[in-house]
Amino acid sequence: MTVFLTIVIIALFGITLWQMSKILKLSQLKNADDSQVANDKDNNMQGKLMLGFVIFIYLLTIFCFVQYHSFFLPESASEHGVDYDQLMFISMVLIMFVQIITQGLLHYFAYKYRGKKGNKALFFADNDKLEFIWTIIPVIVLAGLIIYGLFTWTDIMNIDEEEGDPLIIELYAYQFDWRARYSGEDNVLGKANVRFIEGINTLGIDASDGYSKDDKVTNELHLPVNRKVIFKMRSQDVLHSAYMPFFRAQMNVVPGMITEFAYTPTKTTEEMRNSEFMIEKVATINKIRKEKSKALVAAGDEALETYEFDYYLLCNKICGASHYNMQMKIIVESEEEYQEWLKTQQTFSEQLSAQASN
Amino acid sequence: MSAIAHVDDHAHDDHGHHHKETFITKYIFSQDHKMISKQYLITGLIMGIIGIAMSLLFRMQLAWPDHKFTVYEIFLGKFGEDGVMDPSIYLALVTIHGTIMVFFVLTAGLSGTFSNLLIPLQIGARDMASGFLNMVSYWLFFISSVIMVLSLFAEAGPASAGWTIYPPLSALPQAIGGSGTGMTLWLVSMAIFIASSLLGSLNYVVTVINLRTKGMSMTRMPLTIWAFFVTAIIGIVSFPVLLSAALLLIMDRSFGTSFYLSDIYIQGEVLHNQGGSPVLFEHLFWFLGHPEVYIVLLPALGITSEIIATNARKPIFGYRAMVASILAIAFLSTIVWGHHMFVSGMNPFLGSVFTFTTLLIAIPSAVKAFNYITTLWKGNLQLNPAMLFSIGLVSTFITGGLTGIILGDSTLDINVHDTYFVVAHFHLVMGISALYGLFAGVYHWFPKMFGKMMNKNLGYVHFWVTAIGAYGVFFPMHFIGMAGLPRRYYTNSNFPYFDDLADTNVLITVFALITAAAQLVFLYNFVVSMFYGKKAVQNPWKSNTLEWTTPVEHIHGNWPGAIPNVYRWPYDYSKTKENGEYVIAGQDFVSQITPLQEGEEELHH
Repeated sequence: MTVFLTIVIIALFGITLWQMSKILKLSQLKNADDSQVANDKDNNMQGKLMLGFVIFIYLLTIFCFVQYHSFFLPESASEHGVDYDQLMFISMVLIMFVQIITQGLLHYFAYKYRGKKGNKALFFADNDKLEFIWTIIPVIVLAGLIIYGLFTWTDIMNIDEEEGDPLIIELYAYQFDWRARYSGEDNVLGKANVRFIEGINTLGIDASDGYSKDDKVTNELHLPVNRKVIFKMRSQDVLHSAYMPFFRAQMNVVPGMITEFAYTPTKTTEEMRNSEFMIEKVATINKIRKEKSKALVAAGDEALETYEFDYYLLCNKICGASHYNMQMKIIVESEEEYQEWLKTQQTFSEQLSAQASN
Repeated sequence: MSAIAHVDDHAHDDHGHHHKETFITKYIFSQDHKMISKQYLITGLIMGIIGIAMSLLFRMQLAWPDHKFTVYEIFLGKFGEDGVMDPSIYLALVTIHGTIMVFFVLTAGLSGTFSNLLIPLQIGARDMASGFLNMVSYWLFFISSVIMVLSLFAEAGPASAGWTIYPPLSALPQAIGGSGTGMTLWLVSMAIFIASSLLGSLNYVVTVINLRTKGMSMTRMPLTIWAFFVTAIIGIVSFPVLLSAALLLIMDRSFGTSFYLSDIYIQGEVLHNQGGSPVLFEHLFWFLGHPEVYIVLLPALGITSEIIATNARKPIFGYRAMVASILAIAFLSTIVWGHHMFVSGMNPFLGSVFTFTTLLIAIPSAVKAFNYITTLWKGNLQLNPAMLFSIGLVSTFITGGLTGIILGDSTLDINVHDTYFVVAHFHLVMGISALYGLFAGVYHWFPKMFGKMMNKNLGYVHFWVTAIGAYGVFFPMHFIGMAGLPRRYYTNSNFPYFDDLADTNVLITVFALITAAAQLVFLYNFVVSMFYGKKAVQNPWKSNTLEWTTPVEHIHGNWPGAIPNVYRWPYDYSKTKENGEYVIAGQDFVSQITPLQEGEEELHH
């Protein structure tokens, strides 16, 4: 790769030198135009290049959409994510439409009206009607988008603990990992503060609070499918952000306050793994990993593991040197599987007594 | 106004026999706005070289995370031992790249250069209202640049909490090494920078209000001046807030206060801080941070307006709408800061309000884009390098601006917040656009600044490689953002899900390297033209504005005789009389200092 780069850079310098020698030659010609102001020849050339440029933009757009369409996230695995995806789709179509038209006009005009000696520009200083039209169109379109967006936003962000039977989970972030705290039988989280952190009580849970006894601290996030989850987020040190892209969910985790986000997962990990999109995606990734492993093995390193899809939670707010590797696995499963897993986890009081008996 | 003109006449009387300038007063501690503008430009360009070089280093890390590069060892020393980049220095590079590009290159280098050069020249003033303050402003900028560069050599690394320096990360050296001495120097440098920016802005505002020549009413000012004027006002409104945010952060860091800190346990120790909130910092920071986008962008748009009109040989379309848009953008820019904080833990209701104001700001921006396109329509386009960069600016402004509609929508922001989608968006709409504005300005006013012409063919090469490269870097970047790839990750190899993005990251880096190499062509052209360029004529672009009525050789006081009076707006290009002839026969432009001709009517624009 470095070789390739070096070649590219050398080529570029080559072009530069060639251009400069050309200029030198030009300046030696008698009566040559050396005013350094664009003449008809330049205008003609540059105007045509402008047309070429807009074609380049179109091709780049097509290339990206064709080549990178597999980059888009799969269908949302949460309830509100469906609305999110629809709003995103509408906005995307709209901006691509405007993009194609305006870039086309801009560069086409640059080509069409490229200067020529003797041509006369049109003195056209203003036109109220035109300006009114292109003020009012964005006003209407944006008003529509704003209203649509705000309804969706309010739906997502209005978190009602009374409605239905939401599961309450605390997400706890610290440099550089995540913990989840399940609220247990009572579905109420015990009080907590970093000042209680001691020994095995790494989350600073208040042992004197009755609600804390049945809390369960885990390092994997298991969620039952089709049940609303309310996340209460707490940070131990600096800002973090709990980003769960497959659920269209993100909220910053702020030391000194509790932030919230809620969603209802609708697809189990198994379902997601078996979706057409994910099968193809994982196959591509494993192919890449296999190629890489070959090189690694040849260099005497270990081969990469085969990848299997799992939902993940990642940190998305710069939080320190290992920010790039602050993740937690999320497993969405059936209610039964979830209950089974939960049973295997120790409660906080069990943890404390285990520590005491040691 | 006439009283001022009168005073100026006296100043002119003294002109022939004022004291001789020494090297120091002429080139170093100069109070002449033209020299100060050159100082700003050159300092800005040097900072730009540093900033762009940093971006290349971290782009290489992103593209080839497993590869060892000796260049890391050369430039990063102990942070690049054996050619492996240290994760914390990666964050430092990202941080300082952002800081330098936003503040030192695009604020001081762009607005500082062209406000200083053009405000007195285009409104018909002998100099800034206060030449002394202007000089102080530059030297404060210089000192802050030096401190920022020095901070790179701090033992534990330079500031590395992102250019937004959110506490607690930026407040606690325990959290990351760069938050020690490096961060202190960063804050000191920025405090001085803000002082410099305020002195400059106050000067610009006063000069524009008070020192316009006779006949230069506000509605006859070129759009460049409108842009610089309004930019200076938003600077005065918002920079002091950043200063207070920085001061409170200094207090938290050094004097044990708790403005931004609360309930923190770090390195096995509970800190005493209680009751503060990082969200407060985010509010204060973005109250500057968002207007800052427009502080960077408006001067570029002003420069573009002037260059597009001149080179299209047409009046700018909808002058009044353009001015109104600048004012509307300036006003709205101070009430949209919350769109950076939709998922910060701020009350969701505020999110709704900020979505509303944010999408409103798209309206004046759209009007500006449409007006530029209409200005090109039926023009006689002179495609000089400055014109190409101006058209390029409109192109990237549209591309980058449109994705703003997605990010400004609180709902859609949830899933693209802090991903590469954001990086692509703001680099196109403010980074690349403003840089194009800077380049356009340099190519266009180089004859005015240095009395020489820049080589146009090198300019063309520079433009085309840059234009293709910039899209090549930032267009694919949207797609890796849509994949949910977070920004500020030292490597993406820890999430196998992102493995298929690796090739795109390589592509982006290759484009970045090529684009950066093209900037060397510009630097070469800039330096060589300065010394060996073809001598410029007085009005090479056949432009209407006042700066082209001054002699090519710089003189103190700008005009050798009395300051010319102004009789018309600056956009009488290709204006014809009723019989279809140009107003001045054989000439498609009418300088602002030409009185109305017989049979010509003044239009109310």
